[in-house]
Amino acid sequence: MHINLKVRPMDKNRTYRIAVASGKGGTGKTLVATNLADMWSVDRELLLVDLDVEEPNDALFLSVVPEPAQTQFKMIPEWNSDRCTLCDICTEVCNFNAIARMGEYIIVFEELCHSCYACSGLCPTDALPMKPRRMGELQIAKREQFYFIEGRLDIGQEQAVPMIRKVIQTVDKRQDIPDLQLFDCPPGTSCPVVNAVHTADLVILVTEPTAFGLNDLQLAVETMRSMNKEMGVVINRDGIGDDAVQRWCDASGIEVIATIPYDSQLAYAYAKGKLSWKTNSRLREALEEIIAYVSEKMKTHV
Amino acid sequence: MFEIVIISGKGGTGKTTVAASIAVLEKDNSVIADCDVDAANMHLLLKPDRSKKEKYFSGKTAVIHANNCTACGKCAEVCEFDAVLVKDGIYSIDPFFCEGCGYCARVCPDNAIEMLDADSGYLFESVTRIGSPMAHARLHPAADNSGKLVAEVKNRAKRMAAESAKEYIIVDGAPGIGCPVISSLAGASYVILVTEPSTAALHDLKRLVALLQKFKLKAGCLINKAELHPEMVQQIIQYLEKEKIDLLGILPFDQAFPDAIAAAKAVVETNEHMKKLMASIWENTKSKLKAV
Repeated sequence: MHINLKVRPMDKNRTYRIAVASGKGGTGKTLVATNLADMWSVDRELLLVDLDVEEPNDALFLSVVPEPAQTQFKMIPEWNSDRCTLCDICTEVCNFNAIARMGEYIIVFEELCHSCYACSGLCPTDALPMKPRRMGELQIAKREQFYFIEGRLDIGQEQAVPMIRKVIQTVDKRQDIPDLQLFDCPPGTSCPVVNAVHTADLVILVTEPTAFGLNDLQLAVETMRSMNKEMGVVINRDGIGDDAVQRWCDASGIEVIATIPYDSQLAYAYAKGKLSWKTNSRLREALEEIIAYVSEKMKTHV
Repeated sequence: MFEIVIISGKGGTGKTTVAASIAVLEKDNSVIADCDVDAANMHLLLKPDRSKKEKYFSGKTAVIHANNCTACGKCAEVCEFDAVLVKDGIYSIDPFFCEGCGYCARVCPDNAIEMLDADSGYLFESVTRIGSPMAHARLHPAADNSGKLVAEVKNRAKRMAAESAKEYIIVDGAPGIGCPVISSLAGASYVILVTEPSTAALHDLKRLVALLQKFKLKAGCLINKAELHPEMVQQIIQYLEKEKIDLLGILPFDQAFPDAIAAAKAVVETNEHMKKLMASIWENTKSKLKAV
């Protein structure tokens, strides 16, 4: 029987992966992810990954010195006019309208290309070899027990997903990184988030107690449920709104792991790009609750 | 017709609050387009009636018919997205990972793979509680948002504006700098950048400004939540001057904003002071816009 090595491994028991996500942007994903990672790394080795590749912010809060950035590429077909017989198979197979024929020329629209290889692989004369094109950078940093990886999409690149996948592949491949992994995810409920949380064992959804926060939390929960993800909620800026988020979570059987009260000092420290877990006891208590919750989950993880 | 696109780079800086306020101030002469289709919030404030609803299909998704499948593995071999799953010798497609390229279906020797239209959500054309037309959408959870849906929402808003002879299209955009944002920028007359004085928001604003410069788009900036970090406001103003971006105004960090959201209203409807500030920002925007 044919054994295919490219099939995604179902067994990833070595690691424990926590995705910090939210439907709405600006609810405090980065605040939670950076403070949690920095605080927890005092006790144990861990990896923080910034997967918000369009707007990566984690590094602004961390005192880490990154290794030289590694350029990341995606594969795009390049037309070879000498080999091309203008058979039109490529333009017909491309489901993304990324290849068009103009008279005797084949044009590739790079931003529409999903790097699926169909045109290249199905070309009978090998006239569309795949060539690497730059899409962004990956940075790795390490400080004692704290490991950090950031993906950063080049400005003007439209597709975040190939970059997110590249970062996760790097995490999967490297043997020298800790088993406990925290993924800071992009906002939203569509493809970038789906890719970012796909391999996570647990999703922490950060929200705020407003009607916007609740609406987007509901969308995020629906998204995670459709992917069969285990999840818990962190309510940030508690006190600025009402208790509708808490009530909805209670009624829907979703655990509120921790609540971070609104505090102008915390907001100010965040604005300045500073971590607050050492100076803000309410934040520290919330993070301790998250760590206790996750540690319990990790025990039963097989 | 002027298309005003409101974006921020970083999420949570106040895009929807600003867009809803402008929509209320200009309610007799504008159409609203909620282009943050992933996590749309405008409907919470403006209560659109969803009078016209259509299904939205985006691309394709592969399905393997087990009866025809001989488990040859060719599909898994060609799939670049690791979307082919094999369990106990049974092949299936993970719809979350399938990009709909159709390569698997083309190489399958047994015709066991069918490409189905991907049902991705709904498009709406509405009248809001303030009487203005609104185009919006609801993406299914975890559906593919290629920016195509953003373009669909904008096209509807444009048609509605033409039909009802409205001068402004107010576009509430998505966070980030990727395809939904780029798609919302197509055809923009003027861009309103909503930022806040924080290290992260400024970092994100700079990336967004670099994107706008690639497209040579004219933009102005509104600094929200000024008291969050007052010293940084000055730093942002200097940055805007350097990049030749209009400073449209500054809004305070005030409980009036979450209170307005809790009341399901635009802040210009609940707070006189904010109404004055927003009106001046909108007048500023219009004068800059017409000078373009």
